[in-house]
Amino acid sequence: MSALWIATIGAGLVAFTLKYTGHSIPAHLLAHPRIQRINALIPIALLSALVAVQSFTEKSRLMIDHRAAGVSVALVVLLLKAPFPVVVLSAAITSAAVYRLF
Amino acid sequence: MSVSRVEAITVRDSLSVSLTVGAYGIAFGAAAVANGFSVLQACLLSLLTFSGASQFAVVGVMGAGGSALSAIATASLLGVRNLLYGLIMAPHLQVKGFKRVIAAQVTIDESTAVALGSQKRGSDAMRHGFWLTGFGVFFFWNVFTLAGALGAQALGDTRAWGLDAAVPAAFLGLVWPRLEKNSDRALALACMVFALAMTPILPAGLPIIATAFIAIAVGLQR
Repeated sequence: MSALWIATIGAGLVAFTLKYTGHSIPAHLLAHPRIQRINALIPIALLSALVAVQSFTEKSRLMIDHRAAGVSVALVVLLLKAPFPVVVLSAAITSAAVYRLF
Repeated sequence: MSVSRVEAITVRDSLSVSLTVGAYGIAFGAAAVANGFSVLQACLLSLLTFSGASQFAVVGVMGAGGSALSAIATASLLGVRNLLYGLIMAPHLQVKGFKRVIAAQVTIDESTAVALGSQKRGSDAMRHGFWLTGFGVFFFWNVFTLAGALGAQALGDTRAWGLDAAVPAAFLGLVWPRLEKNSDRALALACMVFALAMTPILPAGLPIIATAFIAIAVGLQR
């Protein structure tokens, strides 16, 4: 089985197990405010890291290319309070334009 | 959920959330194919994992050259919040057996958010909001994933269409609403710098997972 298949099936299994566990364990087990706080912080950490790695790395090297232009525009559009689809589209269009021009 | 009449406002909220969120499925389907996944794998990710941020993480980590294990680990860390949503929803839904399996699968940001938003109109409205939004997003998310994956496959060189920038832009759009406090912005920035600094040193995927420990350390301190 290829790595892509393992990732596809494995992620699905774990995702469902987590959801089902939430529906099945007593609520007081995770009521601690510290756990709630960490739960809010983890997505911020992981998603930010993913933004950085996907924008500025290629294999295991740092790299500034057409993607950086796209993500910069996404940032500007977000500051202008644009909705999600506009953010993604404007990044794609900018990046494609830079990629084709240079 | 057929015990009582479903209020129009619950239907409206659920449908509008389902359609707008579901449409992001296009971005996911396209991103999956751009990062080397097949159309079938893209669709299975949406059907089985069914949690946007986790799915983008699988695709992002694999696309960056990470191992399957780091892709699964990153997706799972992002999926832990669904466990907490399940915890919140279970007392309101009161479901067992197969119904609980279905309820678990559609326990995501949106279904929980609409349910909690409907709480003031009573527990019936809350349950209706959960089920309608859960099923609605599930339907549209999967249909649009297929559309995006097929579209990207037809495009050929996805870089020429900007899809390799669409993925980080999607992550940025996902994290943005969570960055209201200055301390959260500082954490985000620190994690970006850390992940970039570790990229040449650690195997692909690990720089991303490692930032979860920064989050835990910060959460324990505050």
